[in-house]
Amino acid sequence: MAGLIFWRKKREDKAQEVEPVVLETVVESVIEPAVEEPVVVTAVIEEPVIVREPVLVAEPILEAVQLPKRKFSGGIKSLFSRIKFDVENINDLEDVLIQADFGVDAAESIVAQIKSRAKTSGAKSEAELKQILTDLLTESFTRDDIALKLDSGVQPYVILVVGVNGAGKTTTIGKLANWLVQGGAKVTLGAADTFRAAAVEQLATWAARSNSEIVKPTTEGQEPASVAYEAVEKAIANGSDIAIIDTAGRLQNKQGLMDELAKIRRVIEKQTPISEVLLVLDATTGQNALSQAKAFAEAAQVTGIVLTKLDGTAKGGIVYAIQNQLNLPIKLVGVGEGIDDFAFFDAEEFAQGLVG
Amino acid sequence: MFGNLSDRLVETFKNLRSKGKLSATDIDATLREIRRALLEADVALEVVKNFIAAIRERALGDEVSKALNPAQQIVQIVNEELVQILGGEQKRISFAKNPPTVIMLAGLQGSGKTTLAGKLAKWLKDQGQTPILVACDLQRPNAVNQLQILGESVGVPVFAPEVGNGTGNPVTVAKDAIKHAKQKQFSVVIVDTAGRLGIDEELMKQAKDIRDATDPDEVLFVIDSMIGQDAVNVAKAFEDGVGITGVVLTKLDGDARGGAALSVAQVTGKPIVFASTGESLDAFEPFYPDRMASRILDMGDILTLIEQAQKSFDEEQALEMAEKLAKDNFTLEDFMDQMQQLKKMGSIKNMLAMMPGAGKLRSQLDNIDEKEIDRTEAIIRSMTPKERKDPKVLNGSRRLRIAKGSGMTVTDVNSLVNRFEQAAKMMKTMAKGGNPGLPGMPQGLPAFGGAGSQANKNKKAKPKKGGKSGNPAKRAAEAAGISLESQGDSGSGSAFGLK
Repeated sequence: MAGLIFWRKKREDKAQEVEPVVLETVVESVIEPAVEEPVVVTAVIEEPVIVREPVLVAEPILEAVQLPKRKFSGGIKSLFSRIKFDVENINDLEDVLIQADFGVDAAESIVAQIKSRAKTSGAKSEAELKQILTDLLTESFTRDDIALKLDSGVQPYVILVVGVNGAGKTTTIGKLANWLVQGGAKVTLGAADTFRAAAVEQLATWAARSNSEIVKPTTEGQEPASVAYEAVEKAIANGSDIAIIDTAGRLQNKQGLMDELAKIRRVIEKQTPISEVLLVLDATTGQNALSQAKAFAEAAQVTGIVLTKLDGTAKGGIVYAIQNQLNLPIKLVGVGEGIDDFAFFDAEEFAQGLVG
Repeated sequence: MFGNLSDRLVETFKNLRSKGKLSATDIDATLREIRRALLEADVALEVVKNFIAAIRERALGDEVSKALNPAQQIVQIVNEELVQILGGEQKRISFAKNPPTVIMLAGLQGSGKTTLAGKLAKWLKDQGQTPILVACDLQRPNAVNQLQILGESVGVPVFAPEVGNGTGNPVTVAKDAIKHAKQKQFSVVIVDTAGRLGIDEELMKQAKDIRDATDPDEVLFVIDSMIGQDAVNVAKAFEDGVGITGVVLTKLDGDARGGAALSVAQVTGKPIVFASTGESLDAFEPFYPDRMASRILDMGDILTLIEQAQKSFDEEQALEMAEKLAKDNFTLEDFMDQMQQLKKMGSIKNMLAMMPGAGKLRSQLDNIDEKEIDRTEAIIRSMTPKERKDPKVLNGSRRLRIAKGSGMTVTDVNSLVNRFEQAAKMMKTMAKGGNPGLPGMPQGLPAFGGAGSQANKNKKAKPKKGGKSGNPAKRAAEAAGISLESQGDSGSGSAFGLK
């Protein structure tokens, strides 16, 4: 399952020793399918040798850290508790999708696609139609970048967490930090939400629960960018694998506050590249989520979405539009209030859960 | 992404203009657009369905078919119905006869309860009440702490015997709080409770227990204005589970259209009491149903605009102006009068934003420099009466004096004089063309469009000969130097058949 492994610099080894090992694995993995399909062999075998070699010398040696598995546990419920889904009622699907916040346009387009696929395949029964819908949703949510990108070897990996007020940023960070620490990673949190009353303390509570380090503002109302800078600085100094920076919630139409995010990005990147910028979206949010995603993507260069508060009702459909229009992957989902209640997004699981 | 509702209706009505009367098919097309607009604003589907059915019924009735302008009539009906559901009049907090008044806050996680508690406390305190905040959210890490900080910053005491973070019994805290408030004679008790994730029976029961323990005068349901279709389920759950007396919409300073307001009002039948509009503790105001209706429809407040235009349009002055035009003695003083009339209508930007079809102009609206009117006025006010009557006497030294007097440059003065001359010439032509229309303000205004402002120059309206709009609002827009027609869409500006 995606996102279960992160890569960190091997702490003792030297570069030369591992080079052949890595090469070997590359070649090995290529040869395997080649046995079944001989046609491809020549073309593929050459490639890694020529292209990969120079890169590997410069790259740091990475070891894989296995993290505990995470699955949705009943986070999503079927769309079809309300209607019967068959050929006659196919138009009711539009209503159901609208009620799950897919939006009018997406709902119309999905229904149209299902109709045309059903026509082509001659599908009629409820099971067949559900399969078509499942496939369609799986296809549109499947992508190869849903894992957290923690593999560059440049440590600490910095994760910046952004979103509107009340979306669940701090809670998400707490859960994520806990999971990373359980997997053996050293984590430093940066409390750059210096605006909301007690936000720093809230993050500190999560830091204690998850055994993470935390960098707090040293003065009251300290510039958030400077807290972010200090957090990354400390993460580098204390040899952290991962630094997670919390930011204050902000509504996406407040230009000044959005500019502040750009600034936070800049000061962090003076020290080390940012690996992930996660936008936290409340799954109960309606069509405004699209406006949020657009604005945050622009200001903070979001790399992925965390969908929080999936509590067992069919909702969060707006992510379909977000993915289609903005090409942003959903990476994590929050499914409850406990420290372990989050999971990695899985297209198939999500689609099957919705269609039920 | 999508045009707003008024833009879409413009499209729908484009084909109808010649017809005048609306057929049932026309009405259905219109209603489809309205349905879509409501859904895009996150009004819950079942609420939309009922709403559209009600509109259809009225739209098919006499009211519309007999109306002079049926399309406009539909829009008016939609607006009326929306305002009605949202609560025609404002609802106020009811205070207990025997203090303390107890106000309990309930809602989903992250809807903004704790922040709201702080704002509410401040608002009450400013009204001379002596509120106390009670920290019954013992669930979320540091919610108690947050409330304490908020209380401190608004100068309201906080009753918080438990530190929270998952320990302590909120029902006991609530009970003790009431006792404490009675003893110390606080007039209002504001109870902050733990947020719930979706519909959680255990926490709902806790909220119910707190309610039973405190017997609140108001149970305010706090809801995020960005919430989607789930708003109905959540509202129902809280109404059934705890029983609410009013609703507070939060985060209205965002750009969400806030259709949830309509869903919640419809489903619970409870009034929306307050709107929370920002992060500062003052950003808190009573709820205005009419404003919310316009926001949900993203329709531009055309009705208000028409009203305003009619109000500030002084008929007598207009007649006088017409005479002057005919006699060809339009002066800079008249020019200034016109501008002042325009100012009475309010900010040009706001006014234009209210125009249907203005969506297309929205980005350009930002280029309008409202100060331009002030500057022009300053220049004219720096002239002697003689100069105002007869700009021809303005020689170099007079212009320099005027520039100095008004804090502008000679170039500005020159450009104003030029624009005035052009305008006067044009109006003369218009007047002689025998169609002064309703003359009051518009004709002179192509001239005021902005000294040296490139953006405005391009948009100067050339009032069409014989085509003066009968709609004061539209004329005002023409007047403001922005032609809706110039957008390559002859339909806009005449939305709802206002032309």
